Amino acid sequence: MSVATESGSTNLAAAQDTHTVGMPTHHKVIFVALLVAGLVAPYLLYPVFVMKVLCFALFACAFNLLLGFGGLLSFGHAAYFGSAAYVSAHAAKIWGFTPELAIVSGTICAAVLGLVFGSLAIRRQGIYFAMVTLAFAQMVFFFSLQAPFTGGEDGIQSVPRGALFGLIDMYPDRNLYFVVLAIVFFGLLAIYRIIHSPFGQVLKGIRDNEARMTSLGYRVNRYKLAVFVLSATLAGLAGATKAIVFQLASLTDVYWTMSGEVVLMTLLGGMGTVFGPIVGAAIIVSLQNYLATFGDWVTITQGVIFVIAVMLFREGIVGVIAKWIRKPL
Amino acid sequence: MKTKGIVLAALAGLLMSGTAYATDVKIGVMNDRSGLYSDITGEGSVVAARMAVEDFGAAEKGINVEIVSADHQNKPDVGSNIARQWYDEEGVDVIADVPTSSVALAINDITREKNKIHLNSGAATSALTGESCSPNTVHFTYDTWQLAHGTGRAMVEAGGKTWFFLTADYAFGHQLEADTSAVVKEAGGEVLGVVRTPFPGTDFSSFLLQAQASGADVIGLANAGGDTINSIKQAAEFGITQAGQSIAGLLVFTNDVHALGLEVAQGLVLTSSFYWDLNEGTREWSARFEEQMGKKPSMVQAGVYGAVIHYLKAVEAVGDKDPEKVMAKMKEMPTDDVLFGKGKVRADGRKIHDSYLFRVKTPDQSEGEWDLYETVATIPAEQGFRPLGEGGCPLVE
Amino acid sequence: MFELLGIPPQALFGQLLLGLINGSFYAILSLGLAIIFGLLNIINFTHGAQYMMGAFVAWMLLNYLGVPYWGALLIAPVVVGATGIVLERLLISRLYHLDHLYGLLLTFGLALVITGLFRNYYGISGLPYGIPAQLSGGQNLGFMFLPNYRGWVVIASLVVCISTWFIIEKTKLGAYLRAATENPTMVGAFGINVPRLITLTYGFGVGLAAFAGVLAAPIYSVNPNMGADLIIVVFAVVVIGGMGSILGSIVTGFGLGLIEGLTRVFYPEGSAVVIFVIMAIVLLVKPAGLFGRTA
Repeated sequence: MSVATESGSTNLAAAQDTHTVGMPTHHKVIFVALLVAGLVAPYLLYPVFVMKVLCFALFACAFNLLLGFGGLLSFGHAAYFGSAAYVSAHAAKIWGFTPELAIVSGTICAAVLGLVFGSLAIRRQGIYFAMVTLAFAQMVFFFSLQAPFTGGEDGIQSVPRGALFGLIDMYPDRNLYFVVLAIVFFGLLAIYRIIHSPFGQVLKGIRDNEARMTSLGYRVNRYKLAVFVLSATLAGLAGATKAIVFQLASLTDVYWTMSGEVVLMTLLGGMGTVFGPIVGAAIIVSLQNYLATFGDWVTITQGVIFVIAVMLFREGIVGVIAKWIRKPL
Repeated sequence: MKTKGIVLAALAGLLMSGTAYATDVKIGVMNDRSGLYSDITGEGSVVAARMAVEDFGAAEKGINVEIVSADHQNKPDVGSNIARQWYDEEGVDVIADVPTSSVALAINDITREKNKIHLNSGAATSALTGESCSPNTVHFTYDTWQLAHGTGRAMVEAGGKTWFFLTADYAFGHQLEADTSAVVKEAGGEVLGVVRTPFPGTDFSSFLLQAQASGADVIGLANAGGDTINSIKQAAEFGITQAGQSIAGLLVFTNDVHALGLEVAQGLVLTSSFYWDLNEGTREWSARFEEQMGKKPSMVQAGVYGAVIHYLKAVEAVGDKDPEKVMAKMKEMPTDDVLFGKGKVRADGRKIHDSYLFRVKTPDQSEGEWDLYETVATIPAEQGFRPLGEGGCPLVE
Repeated sequence: MFELLGIPPQALFGQLLLGLINGSFYAILSLGLAIIFGLLNIINFTHGAQYMMGAFVAWMLLNYLGVPYWGALLIAPVVVGATGIVLERLLISRLYHLDHLYGLLLTFGLALVITGLFRNYYGISGLPYGIPAQLSGGQNLGFMFLPNYRGWVVIASLVVCISTWFIIEKTKLGAYLRAATENPTMVGAFGINVPRLITLTYGFGVGLAAFAGVLAAPIYSVNPNMGADLIIVVFAVVVIGGMGSILGSIVTGFGLGLIEGLTRVFYPEGSAVVIFVIMAIVLLVKPAGLFGRTA
């Protein structure tokens, strides 16, 4: 699947390749700006809302790692996001784990799931890969519906936020906020690091021309599996954190529309860009939040955005900006 | 003379403050505005809340009410996000309606944590006044226990001794089935079998055939919305009722029957807390509602009206919107409104009133698009709901 | 008494028949998807919404114009097919040179818009649509009561599927179509208007979805969401059959209906997920689906 080639980011990716050592200045500036924005946001906006944006930003970036840089379209990423949310919620509520341990256990669960599903799914390509991942996600949904510990459609409710390391009370929104900010920022840096590592370069090579990389002697499938597991793990990190923030895990998190939403966020922001998914997630979550009064019009607006994005700017918002300023973002 | 002047001035000041410091109340109507339950809740519930404010004459009584609304999309995380924002940032005092049990339970928790008030009309789960009961929640309109008992008991007494359930395979369906089985057995009936149908489902013919093969007198539909519509539609198609089996819809709204058409739905027995054509008061109110919404109100929308009226009465009586005082007042004062008649709010938050057993009319009996039910029996408030103390609510000693 | 895994054989036979009937819907819908994918290379996510539109147009024809079921069966597919043609000309045709992904995303967006608009106007509870008088009632087959309408569904579906297969595989028009799939430039050189052929094919595929919608209206709830969950299942059917394979989609449609029917007897809770389990297994064993050619 040569998604990124058509989205026009290959040239950008190539330009980026020259910067494998160290971070280019404008990326540093953006990261610092993001961090500052993150630190100021809870004083300007509603902290829980910003935490939601952060969790989805991480989810979208994790998804983008697989799609934009690995060239693999998963249509079942809700499975990792949602199962991690369930495990994290269960660990915090029933086992009485502290929040950081609950999040870690959720993330581990997503990683294991990613390893199992990924090792089967990467044998297929293109649309077939997407369908296999969808099939697995539907099975996870079915399991979540049936398993006793997930609480059916009520989900796991009133999950305690607990105290970080057993010391810092997480109930005040701002306390929790800075923990979430730290987690998400760590996740974003990790993704950035992966993309710009030699491993990331090989991935882009596979994305652009798999046959070439095979003939160059790379074990292509191992790279694909690795990026799949990394993506699932980070998606799980996002889901596990979300469960603590909202104090609940529910079927919504594992339903196929969640997999669709993350595709929308990534596409809108700009797939194959570093910062695009963050923008996409922020826009979609804000839309859902601020248009909540209008009911049906949320769905219709989302649909219209989908259509406009596909028809007019396939590079996504950040992709378009990157083109203007002629620098990879 | 001088003292008299001061007293007069103080009195005048008091009177002035009565109007100047009017209570500001903000009510958030949160429900499904785009999904499965948007017809029975949705914008109609907002209209009902607005009508309650007008009919109560809140403005003249010095209560300034603002109504906001939002769509929770039947997702607990979306709902809890809105609820937190409403309570923390936007000064909302009351969240009303909230269909979908999973979302309702989440709002129930948050409302308790933030010490506000939740007037639930839309959700079915009896857990809201059972193990999850909260001092901050009133569950106004109906619940699974009420529906299961109303319909279940009536059917067994009418000779439907053996039952087979089509249960939507999720917690709500399971609860409805469990509640109904208990009544059926208590009343001397027997449950022959259960089939758990994937939710949401489209084709129920296979399950109906299993129900038919069981030979049960009654096929209980422990499902809701589109599932119920599809199963009733297909039961008619397969001639199940003609062959002598009865169908018991455990959660059926007027909108569902309207969607099915009488040809298909006729003869269905169901329990409800409200129907537009009960008496002069409900007819007059429903006509006004219809002018704005273009259709008759559902039980849930009527419940939002009743709940807001009762809440405003309590605010007026307390003269303040302090949640603890208002909740205490709501539980102390008997309820009385044109739609639900007399009733009360119990210690566990359950609001009780008469409920009705209806039978869906045949096309010949019906005199209009919304002329759907005939009343079979009235179930008195005290018998209609789960007895206080049986739900495991910690608020009840 | 002879029983098979605790189920009397008559009952089992009844369940298989019902499975076949459900399979009829899968077959028509997946056939439309397969044709569209085969020629346009577009994964038509709007298919579910178009199926829903078929049912709604049937309802509108009856209630606004007094056109009965039989008329709707012919008119609704044409009307919905025409809207499909408009969409294809305005939007979809601009994406042919791109990856599958974009077609999928565009049609997904369109599906959201269409469903949202219908929900806005007609609400969610659905609308009543009766079984035509000629087909009400049913036959007692001894082992089960078969409503006449269900029998009609199987027949109508078989006729439509077989004639479509015949047109595509055995006629000159079909030959052009298949040739255009393989090599559009070459076919264009022979003086065939390939873009028009493509547009009409999309309209035809959409018309099939609408036809299934009209068939469904009397027995399933007519509401804006009726196609939303179905589309995912039908996708799975197409993938299992082999993307773009006409015969594959028909056979798999009926076959999976049967398998789902059996699951409903032995493990009802699992009947919604069984298709996905099969899809995962099939794709892992036979990468291009049961009837597909490996690219």
